[in-house]
Amino acid sequence: MSDNSLNNLPGGFKGMSHDMGSDQTAFKGAQWGKVMMWIFLLSDTFIFSCFLISYMKGRTSTVVDWPNTSEVFSLHVGGVPVPLLLIAIMTFVLITSSGTMALAVKYGYERNRKMCGWLILATAIGGLTFVGMQVFEWSKLIHEGVRPWENPFGAKQFGSFFFMITGFHGTHVSIGVIFLFIYARKVFRGDFDNAKRGFFTTMKSDYVAIEILGLYWHFVDLVWVFIFAFFYLW
Amino acid sequence: MDEIQKKKQATSTHKLGVYLWIWGLLFVLSFFSYLVDWFQFQGLLRHSLILIFMFLKAGLIMAFFMHLYWERYALVSVLLWPMTAVVGFIVLMAAEAKYTVFTRLLYFFIGG
Repeated sequence: MSDNSLNNLPGGFKGMSHDMGSDQTAFKGAQWGKVMMWIFLLSDTFIFSCFLISYMKGRTSTVVDWPNTSEVFSLHVGGVPVPLLLIAIMTFVLITSSGTMALAVKYGYERNRKMCGWLILATAIGGLTFVGMQVFEWSKLIHEGVRPWENPFGAKQFGSFFFMITGFHGTHVSIGVIFLFIYARKVFRGDFDNAKRGFFTTMKSDYVAIEILGLYWHFVDLVWVFIFAFFYLW
Repeated sequence: MDEIQKKKQATSTHKLGVYLWIWGLLFVLSFFSYLVDWFQFQGLLRHSLILIFMFLKAGLIMAFFMHLYWERYALVSVLLWPMTAVVGFIVLMAAEAKYTVFTRLLYFFIGG
């Protein structure tokens, strides 16, 4: 993450102007792949921002009452409706998987191959659980008559925003799960310890790849924080 | 050799406790934001609590899980300053939404 030569550079905002004006690489101490992932995540942030802003606009400007999400997303446990139960469980599952991913990055840098592999596998299973619960939620709502163009609970825009926003997020989670399984296999196989060359690239594998994968996974969790707040709770 | 190895490890990874603390805090904050709905808080209290818990969670994830707290400001600034454009967009669209709902109420119910 950081090498010792960075310790001699000025820090803080002074360091920022130093780095930017150094006529060399601007992002010192960050491997290029990590910077590329950050730039991608920044662009992805703009996409999700546009979705959530259009949702804000749609919800504010409709003259029909917005469906009560607390009731729409409630589950019946023993005949008693518990508000937002499934969404709360999904939130906890995603945070759990985010935590295991953070630890996987740590153990990867410590070259603890087995621990890193198992934690990535745990993260993948957490993500898979999340997607499974989302499938359940979608089919439940579709069964109740929610469509992108109508729903029995209130404003018609509700359905299109729900399927669009949670669907796009679910796609991100699914892609992440696929990559988590691929990287779990790579870790267990010892690609990163032996600096094996990759399938698509001639560059040597390095544990920084796990941090880059982790950035993507934490971003998926980050987006869910905003969806949970604005779509389900607001 | 052992000394060098140790030093290298100390600079390249963070303590386990940091991650566990952040993990625990995220659970607590998520539980709190669920309680906002459970107790059916309404109005300004509801919205401010939702926003506070949301920003705290997002900040913790970005700072510690995504390591931004340990990155140099050059990278942090490139990532965070564009967010002001998003904030500007939100302000514009909030104003636009108010205008849209005003015209709808005017023409649908009152009649232009």
